[in-house]
Amino acid sequence: MKLGVRESIDKSIKLVVKTTGLLVIAILGGIFFMLLWNTIAFFLKIHPLDFITGTQWNPSGDPEVYGILPLLVSTCLVTLGAMVIAIPLGIGTAAYLSEYASMRVKSVLKPMIEMLAAVPSVAIGFLGIVVLGPGIADIIGLSNGLNAMNGAILLAVMALPTIITVTDDALHGVPGTYREASYGVGASKWQTLIKVTIPAAGPGIMAAVMLGVGRAIGETMTVLMATGNAAAFPKGFFHSVRTITATIAIEMGEVPYQTTHYYSLFAIAAVLFLITLGVNLTGEYFVNKFRKYHSA
Amino acid sequence: MTNKPIKLSGSSVNVWFGSKQVLKNINVEFPRNQVTALIGPSGCGKSTLLRSFNRMHDLSPDARIEGEFLLEQQNLYEKGLSVTEVRRRIGMVFQKANPFPKSIYENINYGLKINDVPKNERSEIIENALKESYIWDEVKDELQKPATRLSGGQQQRLCIARAVALRPEVILMDEPCSALDPLSTLKIEELIVKLKKDYTIVIVTHNMQQAQRIADKTVFMYLGEVIEAGDTHTIFHNPKNELTGNYVKGHFG
Ligand SMILES: Nc1ncnc2c1ncn2[C@@H]1O[C@H](COP(=O)(O)OP(=O)(O)O)[C@@H](O)[C@H]1O
Ligand SMILES: [Mg+2]
Repeated sequence: MKLGVRESIDKSIKLVVKTTGLLVIAILGGIFFMLLWNTIAFFLKIHPLDFITGTQWNPSGDPEVYGILPLLVSTCLVTLGAMVIAIPLGIGTAAYLSEYASMRVKSVLKPMIEMLAAVPSVAIGFLGIVVLGPGIADIIGLSNGLNAMNGAILLAVMALPTIITVTDDALHGVPGTYREASYGVGASKWQTLIKVTIPAAGPGIMAAVMLGVGRAIGETMTVLMATGNAAAFPKGFFHSVRTITATIAIEMGEVPYQTTHYYSLFAIAAVLFLITLGVNLTGEYFVNKFRKYHSA
Repeated sequence: MTNKPIKLSGSSVNVWFGSKQVLKNINVEFPRNQVTALIGPSGCGKSTLLRSFNRMHDLSPDARIEGEFLLEQQNLYEKGLSVTEVRRRIGMVFQKANPFPKSIYENINYGLKINDVPKNERSEIIENALKESYIWDEVKDELQKPATRLSGGQQQRLCIARAVALRPEVILMDEPCSALDPLSTLKIEELIVKLKKDYTIVIVTHNMQQAQRIADKTVFMYLGEVIEAGDTHTIFHNPKNELTGNYVKGHFG
């Protein structure tokens, strides 16, 4: 009797787990198909080549123009700026944490970094509007600091916790015997870090960078608040830009249902999806490589 | 047996990790061009003693070291003496073969770069070091192969080559064969015996047969102290201390 009860519990739990698993797949598939479906609808009206090579995004103009380039370049500009700041800072901080910091410093710094990851993006965007933006405007002598640089710095701050944590893990994963071997032939701590530990952690650090890039590309609220949202073709770091994510967030609320404009937002979302997919796959590739290499 | 001059010595050595004293008033001497074995039950401080000589404890903040460490006349802890210099003169081979995840060639080249050996001399030094460590014939055609793909025994001989390439005067070995099969172990033992012509060797071993096969002198340690030191034959067949006798007969350990 008891055995029968246990078996039926077992069976029903298995069923529940299976259902939730299938549900997740169904939701993912649904999103993917909705994206694909609406993107196709868009491409029936606008030629894909015009879309990809168009240098103007002006859906409310006459005639309507749907060139993704200004948005794409904006996204790339902000992400690039963020990574130029966050990668050296992140790797440096992680190296300090794993190789130099005392237990005391670590026990303060690590929770602080984790807390940084918990700050909502609205709050960071707000800081960009009231503190960082005006600061940049003052230094450069602009009337308005809401530009690509502002967004890049904020995104760097947001990507830092990911980059630091994953790089720190990667450095910790490097066997201590490598460091000993390096010290054994007379290398200093610094030489060991640069020539042995960081190269050995290379794939893990690449994965950290990719995760950081993914975080920066997909971020919406902060860039929406901080970069000025000019749909014109970006002219540089100290000009207003408008990223793909911000464009979707701004325009989706107002666009009439099933118009070309409506479909176009799915098309740029699909492009964003492809980019983040590529970044994630690259990151995944490096994570696996790192694992394989350390289990060997 | 004629007595060779002392190459390396430690006197009144005390080492603490935090508040725990690991080495207690140790006095040891290692004669030049001889193999000296450090034996004793695990945890008695053999590795700690070995690593005091090439200053590997410098990087552990909770280690405290007292005593005089001499390489011939040179005080190894003298102010102003760089650890790079100490470690060039005193090489080390570790318990687990630890080649860098780099090519065979680069594994040896790394130490040469660190020690500022001129570029045009390096490839000859690398070849000689590999020959001296009896691994040249096995790897000469694939110097660019990752060192991690070599067998365990080959990796350990590569690590010996890495140490030898810097022309050290002393080579410290911490249980270099403990992870190897009997055949690889035998090869390393042969190598050690050949190396003593040019180097002074100190080797930690748990293998009593190995100590008797390769060591001229043996130091027996117990609970952080040196109990007895002398000719290997005497330590194994005619020990003065009862504890030594019990240990080498395998009554504890
Ligand atoms: N870095 C360290 N910090 C604290 N204690 C240590 C450290 N290294 C070794 N010890 C302790 O010192 C004692 C001697 O260790 P070790 O020299 O490794 O012994 P052996 O090599 O003879 O097995 C052990 O009790 C060990 O736990
Ligand atoms: Mg040991």
